[in-house]
Amino acid sequence: MSTHSSSSSSPLKMYFAVFFALLVGTGLTVFAATLDLGRFNAAVALGIATVKATLVALFFMHVWHASEKLTKLVVIGALFFLLLLLGLTMTDYATRLWS
Amino acid sequence: MPDSTIVGLHHEEQHHPELLHHFADPQQQRDASSLGMWVFLATEIMFFGGLFCAYLIYRRWYFGDFAAASKTISMPLGATNTAVLICSSLTVVLAVWAAQTARRTLLLGSLAITMLLGVTFLGIKGIEYRDKFVEHHVPGASFSFENEPVPGHPGQYANPHHAQIFFSLYFVMTGLHALHMIIGLGIFLWLLMMAWKGRFTPEYHTPVEIGGLYWHFVDIVWIYLFPLLYLIDRHP
Amino acid sequence: MSMEIAIPQPAERETYLNKEYGVWSWLLTTDHKRIALLYLISITFFFFIGGFFALLIRLELLTPAGDLVQADTYNKLFTMHGMVMIFFFLIPSIPAVLGNFLVPMMIGAKDLAFPRINLLSWYLYIIGGVLMLHCMLTGGVDTGWTFYAPFTTNFTNTNFIEAGMAIFVAGFSSILTGLNFVVTIHRMRAPGLTWARLPLFIWAHYATSIIQLLGTPVIAVTIVMVAAERALHLGIFDPKLGGDPLLFQHLFWFYSHPAVYIMILPAMGIMSEIIACFSRKRIFGYSFVAFSSIAIAVFGFLVWAHHMFVAGMSVYAALVFSLLSYAVAVPSAIKVFNWTATLYKGSIHYDAPMLYAFGFLGLFTMGGLTGLFLAALGINVHVTDTYFVVAHFHYIMVGGAVMGYLGGMHFWWPKISGRLYPEGWARLAALIVFIGFNLTFFPQFILGYLGMPRRYYDYSHMPEFQVLNVLSTAGATVLGVGYLLPMIYFLWSMRYGKPASDNPWNAAGLEWKTASPPPTFNFDEEPVVTWEAYNYEELDAPHTEEVRVAR
Repeated sequence: MSTHSSSSSSPLKMYFAVFFALLVGTGLTVFAATLDLGRFNAAVALGIATVKATLVALFFMHVWHASEKLTKLVVIGALFFLLLLLGLTMTDYATRLWS
Repeated sequence: MPDSTIVGLHHEEQHHPELLHHFADPQQQRDASSLGMWVFLATEIMFFGGLFCAYLIYRRWYFGDFAAASKTISMPLGATNTAVLICSSLTVVLAVWAAQTARRTLLLGSLAITMLLGVTFLGIKGIEYRDKFVEHHVPGASFSFENEPVPGHPGQYANPHHAQIFFSLYFVMTGLHALHMIIGLGIFLWLLMMAWKGRFTPEYHTPVEIGGLYWHFVDIVWIYLFPLLYLIDRHP
Repeated sequence: MSMEIAIPQPAERETYLNKEYGVWSWLLTTDHKRIALLYLISITFFFFIGGFFALLIRLELLTPAGDLVQADTYNKLFTMHGMVMIFFFLIPSIPAVLGNFLVPMMIGAKDLAFPRINLLSWYLYIIGGVLMLHCMLTGGVDTGWTFYAPFTTNFTNTNFIEAGMAIFVAGFSSILTGLNFVVTIHRMRAPGLTWARLPLFIWAHYATSIIQLLGTPVIAVTIVMVAAERALHLGIFDPKLGGDPLLFQHLFWFYSHPAVYIMILPAMGIMSEIIACFSRKRIFGYSFVAFSSIAIAVFGFLVWAHHMFVAGMSVYAALVFSLLSYAVAVPSAIKVFNWTATLYKGSIHYDAPMLYAFGFLGLFTMGGLTGLFLAALGINVHVTDTYFVVAHFHYIMVGGAVMGYLGGMHFWWPKISGRLYPEGWARLAALIVFIGFNLTFFPQFILGYLGMPRRYYDYSHMPEFQVLNVLSTAGATVLGVGYLLPMIYFLWSMRYGKPASDNPWNAAGLEWKTASPPPTFNFDEEPVVTWEAYNYEELDAPHTEEVRVAR
């Protein structure tokens, strides 16, 4: 899938915007870790990480502008199977009476 | 290793500029290479997925011990490394853009800076590993994690066995990640040499693109490793 | 079916076989057909090694006492039998040999998308195989092919790390094959060959590749953890140090259950080709058969923990996995029903490939139905780790996958070698395999149900099991003969067999529209597809020219 499917205008602005967003996200994660949010610490950390990862995938890896759906399918498919691995394993670990 | 594919993919394209005999046109060749890399990254997701699964389970079981162990890793080093990798991702997209728009100096410069940042990452990682080694936090015969308080539970100390599981996962995950970085550096060295020879043109720069995909993926793995390993329970 | 009269081939016609000679023209080839033959030779080698271990196992069980081998040796025998057969024969068997040969030809491509990665995949397989052989020659491994922690990590005195490395490397060979297939099927199809026109063999290989790509990395990383645990005693899987051995089982079976579908799905693809051809009919319910392949690939990932019902996981999880295990039977049943419906009112020809296909149908159905027993929580607990389980999975893997493999080898042998095999011998071999197989494994169902545990070398405290064990051993001998026969007459036919025409079965499918054996780039002209798959009615209709590519 060619990356130059987007318009001829320079994508540099977008690249730098994403770059700064990623740096801000990193700072935010570090800051959020110092707050006591109880059980939400993990959720916040993972949420920020997911936003960052999505930004990288969509804009740096050009999934957003990919000329076809297949790339998206591969990404979503792989994540789906990862969730299956984690989720179905947790059906065991989350419901054990003895641990 | 999973990474042999990467090497192979590159062999695949060494015969530029001419089109490989079994493809109908350059577009087909480009699409095949790109899909090949994406599919390979899908396998990589599952490769790290097994480790994340183990991490998830033990973190739930031994949260306090994991938090105590996590606190002994240097957060500033980890955060710096995150920033270093993000910068390298920026230089990678710049390299791809430079190849697309035939900017030779920018291409060479971006590739070189990417490699420099990659080496910096590994160097900082090395410092971290050395610290862990000095503190006897490397799992194995000389592992020791006595009297480390559990954050948020005054008077409670972490179970060394459980902390050892944390450090095992820490070393396996960051170690495999570092291995991917080293392979990425190899790929980028090759890209740099090809770019130096002027092999990449706006029509043909697939290797830069798919090498970049690989680098970004390694970055994404780190984006998750950083909060999961360094920031479990940092609040005072 | 009547063979067409062989068209005399001009002696100088260039094929992939005679294009170049010499060892290096094979060892450095990037031609998918030559790589397929490299794989064929290598997996046959490992098949006979694995078979040799099986024979020793059966000989030991001929008598109740442990007389031929002692416990340690016996443990190594069944471990090496399993590891060799699964990782070095069954997983690469159909995809790496027939798939490699046929996927590009069936879709009208000149080669796989990444020919050099294809060669790399074979070399990885060989490196894994050499490691495994070295491991075998220096004492072998006694962990069972499942290498469960903590036995493997803490207790066994055998060299698991080397065997693990062998499996790790062979696993990456499998991933690369899958990657090549997925990209090839997406990107290299001939003009006009839409997804709805693809042969079901291609659909099956596509589904197989998905499993190879998403499952194999998980066992790879599991092997890394087991090896690290064994070397350094990390505690990841060691309950003494706070680890959980069940986590190993989860990760192991996350790959190893879907791995069963890596073995059986390609065989199902072969079934669709053979049954359509020898019934002279379009496959009944084409799209159902196609999508059930994908469904099996996906559902196959949802059922792994039915291997762990007695291992101590939560009851809730056991219920969930039991239910999901029933679900995977649905797409398998769809296939069997559609094949049966294809046979209905077909003009059936009893050539050797079709005999194997009939064998597959019956044996796979038996294996599948006993699989339902095992999905049921209650019965599973009763027969866990007995010969019932052993019989069940051999019905799937040998009765299913190997039958499919042999059927496919016969079906495409004229295309691969350019020669016809002796039909009479082939039918005889198919019959011997079928009889030998049932004689070997049917008694094991009964043994297991009566309570004979697997992996025991000595059953002298229960001598009443001997009769069934003798039957089983006798069957294994017959089966061994049945497997040797095709090897002998295939080799014979390479020299003495009648030259095959381009399409000896008058079959549909692009691979039959080029020469036998094919030229290096498969087609002299890029084919353009304007017809549906399995257009047998059209092919057999009088006064219709066969649609063929000009040569």
